[in-house]
Amino acid sequence: MSKPKVAFYWCASCGGCEETVVDLAEDILGVVEKVDIVLWPVAMDFKYKDIEAMPDKSIVATLLNGAIRTTEQEEMAHMLRRKSQYLIAYGACAHLGGIPALGNQFSREHMLKFNYEDAPSMANPKKTRPQLKFADGGREPTLPELHNVVRALDQVVEVDYYVPGCPPTPKLTKAAVTALLENRLPPKGSVIAPDIALCDECPRKASKPVNTSFAEFRRPHQKLMDPNLCLLAQGIVCMGPSTRSGCEAACLRGGMPCTGCFGPTSRVRDQGLKILSSLCSNIAPKEEGEINKVLEGIPDPVGTFYRYGLAKSLMRRKVNLPVK
Amino acid sequence: MQSTKENTRIGFYVCHCGHNIAAMVDCADVAKYVKGLPNVVLSRDYKYMCSDPGQELIQKDIREYNLNRVVVASCSPLLHEHTFRSATAAGGLNPYYFHMVNIREHDSWVHTDRGEATAKAKALAHAAIDRVAFHKALETKTVKINPDALVVGGGIAGIHAAMTLANAGKKVYLVEREPSIGGHMAKFDKTFPTLDCAACILTPKMSEVGAHPNITLWSYSEVAQVDGYVGNYKVRVKRKPRYISEERCIGCMDCISQCVFKEPKFEDEFNEGLGKRKPVYIPFPQATPQIVVIDPNVCLNFKRAKGPDGTPIVSDKCKKTCVEACGDKNAIDFTQKEEIKEIEVGTIIVATGFKTFDSKRIPGYGYGIYKNVYTALEIERLVNASGPTGGEVILREGKNPDGSPKHPKSIGIIHCVGSRDKKTNIWCSRVCCMYSMKLAHLLKEHTDAEVYNFYIDIRAPGKGYEEFYNKLLDEGVHFIRGRVGEVTDWAMTPEEEGKLVIRVEDTLAGYVRRIPVDMVVLSSGLEPQADAQDVRRLFNMSCGTEGFFLERHPKLAPVNTFTDGIFIAGACQGPRDIPDTVAQAGAAAAEALVLIDKGYVEQEPNTAFILDEECSGCKSCVPLCPYSAILYDETRKKAHINEALCKGCGTCVGACPSGSIVQNLFEDEQIFSEIQGVLAYD
Repeated sequence: MSKPKVAFYWCASCGGCEETVVDLAEDILGVVEKVDIVLWPVAMDFKYKDIEAMPDKSIVATLLNGAIRTTEQEEMAHMLRRKSQYLIAYGACAHLGGIPALGNQFSREHMLKFNYEDAPSMANPKKTRPQLKFADGGREPTLPELHNVVRALDQVVEVDYYVPGCPPTPKLTKAAVTALLENRLPPKGSVIAPDIALCDECPRKASKPVNTSFAEFRRPHQKLMDPNLCLLAQGIVCMGPSTRSGCEAACLRGGMPCTGCFGPTSRVRDQGLKILSSLCSNIAPKEEGEINKVLEGIPDPVGTFYRYGLAKSLMRRKVNLPVK
Repeated sequence: MQSTKENTRIGFYVCHCGHNIAAMVDCADVAKYVKGLPNVVLSRDYKYMCSDPGQELIQKDIREYNLNRVVVASCSPLLHEHTFRSATAAGGLNPYYFHMVNIREHDSWVHTDRGEATAKAKALAHAAIDRVAFHKALETKTVKINPDALVVGGGIAGIHAAMTLANAGKKVYLVEREPSIGGHMAKFDKTFPTLDCAACILTPKMSEVGAHPNITLWSYSEVAQVDGYVGNYKVRVKRKPRYISEERCIGCMDCISQCVFKEPKFEDEFNEGLGKRKPVYIPFPQATPQIVVIDPNVCLNFKRAKGPDGTPIVSDKCKKTCVEACGDKNAIDFTQKEEIKEIEVGTIIVATGFKTFDSKRIPGYGYGIYKNVYTALEIERLVNASGPTGGEVILREGKNPDGSPKHPKSIGIIHCVGSRDKKTNIWCSRVCCMYSMKLAHLLKEHTDAEVYNFYIDIRAPGKGYEEFYNKLLDEGVHFIRGRVGEVTDWAMTPEEEGKLVIRVEDTLAGYVRRIPVDMVVLSSGLEPQADAQDVRRLFNMSCGTEGFFLERHPKLAPVNTFTDGIFIAGACQGPRDIPDTVAQAGAAAAEALVLIDKGYVEQEPNTAFILDEECSGCKSCVPLCPYSAILYDETRKKAHINEALCKGCGTCVGACPSGSIVQNLFEDEQIFSEIQGVLAYD
């Protein structure tokens, strides 16, 4: 009997998710033993046309990381959806849009102009931009086109499960793969992580006073932090209360605040809005001028509250931008 | 979004409300549109849904068509949500399967284009149809009412409300800020239009309050904190130290006569500073309670500097002849400290009254500049037999050639000072015309002077009021129509020398006049108390734009506030005269009695609750609850909402960062489906 076929694929991502798969260490051998890997561009050489040639649904599961921001990524997402029984959004970018989706604050033209013309580090007197195709000695190579809007995987194709995190932890990855192999799957559409906010498993939970209010906000580098006290109680923005648990508060244990990579709980539509209304309701001053002074401690609200979730937020993108 | 319930069967009704809605909204067209929406079994338009036949129609349809959801598009839920919920319940459904759409206040009354108003009604109806599918059956809870009541403010409003409740056999706490109850009315000489003496009608009521077995009177006290909810308020009352034991003082006032200050030396608040009092004093002869008070700011036995916490420090430098005079009664206690009393009451009547407009804010009228310019309240004291001059109207400045005090021979009374004026207060203070005429009558009676009233309009809309105006015209009091430009001592003619000149455009005669007088009386308007905003927050009430406490409905709930169990009476709600104040105080007492005698109150089930499994214990919600309904359970490391305390404001629901607080009737899927519904119509 042939082993179940599994594919790994990456779209707009940094490679950190691939790293987690490798971080499974010796456990990966157990996985490899039980499955046939049919696609894994970061580690093995397969051709797209080989996948194209496979019958539909012949791959048991595809773990796809990265957001969708190019025509090629969109094509691959559609193809892998067709070929796979289960399509799993792996990591924050596939799950929520992730860091690349912060680009949704700007138009494609804005970004290209900055990166190829205006950036201080750019020397490009001819203002050359990437071309979709060009002639080169009789051949005509093509490049994928950049979309205006960065999307999470489920905004492009139907997704069966989500493994959250930037990157997902090896423990969650193992749990997801094991569940898959042993056919103990949760309801379709589930995020493979506890549906309770991070404070639940945070070692600093008990140290948070009941009446925490914010007289100022500081960023981690601006303050000598108490290693045991709740960071919100120290005026550091921590996304923990609005973020799904499952990482065992890894950042908090490492002395840094939660930045929200596991996304919201199933009950929340917009993670950033939720933490915003929670933090802002607890700002100590009640006069507008004083409130603004406190908020100056958060110089980049979108990058703070929507670091991973902008694509899936209610705002989603700059107004009036078409997707493609 | 589709309903989770497979067989949702909605009945929809759009009300014409006579012409109120039908004139601006095509009701038949709305009904036709809704008929085509998902889950709608029947859709009707009807002339008056709130009428008995309208309500019966709902009940009949529920049974006949096996409806399980009802939507009525009509007026404001404040008006008829209860009506239609009851009709839904009478039809055999849980009342919370009903939802209301406001197409009157929110639509027909505020639009002028019939097409657009009809489109809006359709969009709003669509939202309700989408939402109601997600409604759940809910149960109302009942909460017991503590029969004890608190009345805040011991003016005529508070006195009357407290007496009414006490006479009905209820236990009442009456809290008054000043050393004595009586309020402004105690300062008045006579009352309009009957000219009966204010003290004669008020002081018997005051002593009745003081002696009533059901009334606990705490004067010189202020409410410091209010927690809880209708039927179960916990109130902390701050009792300021009067340095006299209330239990031991018998009101003999020997201490006052034996004070080391032989003569009264300090400004007397009750007499508007026109008289003097000693450091140990009783505000006025009929004060209730008949207990003296020591002013630590001027008493020699206290240091002039205060302690670090702001409390006066005893110096023990005085001979303390007062203590000697008190003798065995031993009522004087210089070590008395501020005391906090905690009480539990079910209902609260706020009757904190008004303050008069500070006439110095209009410098052109010369108050505080020219000594012979008086406020109306000063005149009340001046003409009063127990006032600082024993009722003799003498001028503050100027003497007769023989050195005797001078009486005014001409008096000008300026109406609308700080009223009906865009520069100060826009509102009419309602009582000034009448009290000005009363003072005109009294001043003429006391001095036989020429009295001029300067008015914008005479407003005399009460029983016997117009007659009183006519009486004054007969008495020869002059009425000059025009807003006074200024009061000046700059004489242009020999007759004006040494007098105050009132410059006014006489709008009936049509020219500017200068009228020299000896005395000017400013009829200051009524304003909210200086600390009305603090009091508002304390009792969780609202204020109108002018700062008076806001009633729940100007016509149909004039003494209710938006907080259940808290009522308002008297001039804290807006300027009013004594008859109206007393009527309102009685109404407030009656409203309180309704709750007390019913014994319980039904609570809206729109409360919030925590999804216990999902709560991460982040504590974000705990400090936000304005009703202190959320507690953090230290053993289980989760938040908990006391549903009896929850008022359904939704603050915690919005703020819960993990979406683990749910509010009945405002669940996410209900609200999102409503938004989708309203946007679905185009």
